[in-house]
Amino acid sequence: MANKISARNINFYYGSHQALFDNNLDIAEHAITAVIGPSGCGKSTHLRIYNRIYELYRDQRVTGSLFIDGVDVLNEKVDVLELRRKVGMIFQKPTPFPMSVFDNVAYPLRLHYRLSRSEIADKVEEALRGASLWEEVKDKLKSSGLALSGGQQQRLCIARAIAASPEVLLMDEPTSAIDPVATLKIEELMVELKKRFTIVIVTHNMQQAARISDFTAFFYKGRIVEFGDTEKIFTNPDEKQTEEYITGRFG
Amino acid sequence: MKRFESVYPLRPLFFRKLKNHLITLFSWSAVVIAVGAMVWILGTVLIDGLKVITPGFLLNPSKPYGIPDAGIGNAILGTLLITGGAALLAVPCGVAAGIYLAEFGSGTRLGNGLRFCANVLMGMPSILVGLLVYSLMVVPMGSFSGVAGSVALAVIMFPVIMRTTEDMLLMVPASLREAALALGMTRTRAILRIVCTSARNGLLTGILLSLSRVSGETAPLLFTAMFADSWPKDYFTGPTANIPMLITEYTTNSPFEEMHAAGWGAAFVVSAIILFINITTRICFRERHHGK
Ligand SMILES: Nc1ncnc2c1ncn2[C@@H]1O[C@H](COP(=O)(O)OP(=O)(O)OP(=O)(O)O)[C@@H](O)[C@H]1O
Ligand SMILES: [Mg+2]
Repeated sequence: MANKISARNINFYYGSHQALFDNNLDIAEHAITAVIGPSGCGKSTHLRIYNRIYELYRDQRVTGSLFIDGVDVLNEKVDVLELRRKVGMIFQKPTPFPMSVFDNVAYPLRLHYRLSRSEIADKVEEALRGASLWEEVKDKLKSSGLALSGGQQQRLCIARAIAASPEVLLMDEPTSAIDPVATLKIEELMVELKKRFTIVIVTHNMQQAARISDFTAFFYKGRIVEFGDTEKIFTNPDEKQTEEYITGRFG
Repeated sequence: MKRFESVYPLRPLFFRKLKNHLITLFSWSAVVIAVGAMVWILGTVLIDGLKVITPGFLLNPSKPYGIPDAGIGNAILGTLLITGGAALLAVPCGVAAGIYLAEFGSGTRLGNGLRFCANVLMGMPSILVGLLVYSLMVVPMGSFSGVAGSVALAVIMFPVIMRTTEDMLLMVPASLREAALALGMTRTRAILRIVCTSARNGLLTGILLSLSRVSGETAPLLFTAMFADSWPKDYFTGPTANIPMLITEYTTNSPFEEMHAAGWGAAFVVSAIILFINITTRICFRERHHGK
């Protein structure tokens, strides 16, 4: 399987505080890569480099290279809007926009593409079906996206992200604010979505990582301690720290 | 009921309950005083004001004492023009500056300077704002004018709108901003379409409240718009009628009973306008409010 993303010698700084040290990671195409590790170890920080969202904050700085399809996207010359169309992101808390369900999903379509009204309507339906939300919202497309349940809001955000036809989906603890039933739905959805997208997910839920991911990276104190096949990481890890973390004996 | 046994000495319940009652009593009296004052003011204005309100009073222009068929129509129109002009100046500038402060100006020297100036300006007595505009506009132009009044009111509105805009935008969670950018929106679009839309109710409330605040201001108009017994056709070049100045003139500078009564009528009209703005704000936003 080809590598979609390759991170090389990534160091990240919040002002003078260094949060990531020498990260090297390869993300396989059409697979789910799980990022695990204790709180504060730099998982979110690492993920937020992939779409350069950290640039919103003036004091945050990165060094190293991040290759997506062989192009170093940390290079100033790479258009960040183009990058973010290719690399979608789902956040921990659902972030529906203050507009209708339909408009939420139509927004990235109108933003990036020149489409007719009926094409937009088709693509919105397709994205909502893709996020297995269509059946639940098809009668209230006009009502506010904020009026959905938490789990529905998160799937709305997934629909919005995939409507832009990205190639990579970044998910930062997408199910941690959501009940178990909705979580299962989203997990099934991700396994379905990996046929079309390359998925990187940060999770604190070991079972979730074991259930759905193909590869797992274990982060500790800003470093990538171990990376490999999920099955190997969870049954026979090389590093003692990894084993202690996944078995819950972390001290 | 028997009290639970405890290993630690218990504080006597009596004093805790007494304290609770006293504080409740205190907050209730505060409410009664505040509401009472408002009812008293509105009641007086209503009773004394309604007596003189007739269609002619609202539609005819004001006239010097003794001339029949006088009204306050010109002052109503003038006030609408002056405050409208002020809004036209202050709202775009205030909102834009507020966006700058919230989105780009945190921690920068320019941002902190701007915020400091706004705080100073907000605490400035409004009569000083009037004097400032007098020396900057009225003197060079050689005449009082309605537009000078608008500028004075705009100077008062500007910092208020700027700070409310900043506060409202800062209340929008950072995750929503990031989500907008993560979809590939430009910074401008993310701010205008997503962040400002989320904060829309707060922004509009702030604007409308500042508008109703200045629509009754007298001091800044004293040296700028002044007053005229004519329709406000000279908004840009000459003294322009307005309700606050009319009230001041009629009730403090006139010995005649009829003028005092007309002053109450005008007070009624301006209160009604302010009340109208406040109530529509509330109704609009209750219905338009998104979400649960
Ligand atoms: N905005 C920030 N400013 C300064 N330091 C930060 C900021 N965000 C995170 N950090 C620091 O960077 C380190 C990594 O944080 P990060 O949020 O990436 O952790 P995480 O692995 O995602 O944790 P969690 O599992 O709790 O989400 C932590 O030490 C944290 O204190
Ligand atoms: Mg995190």
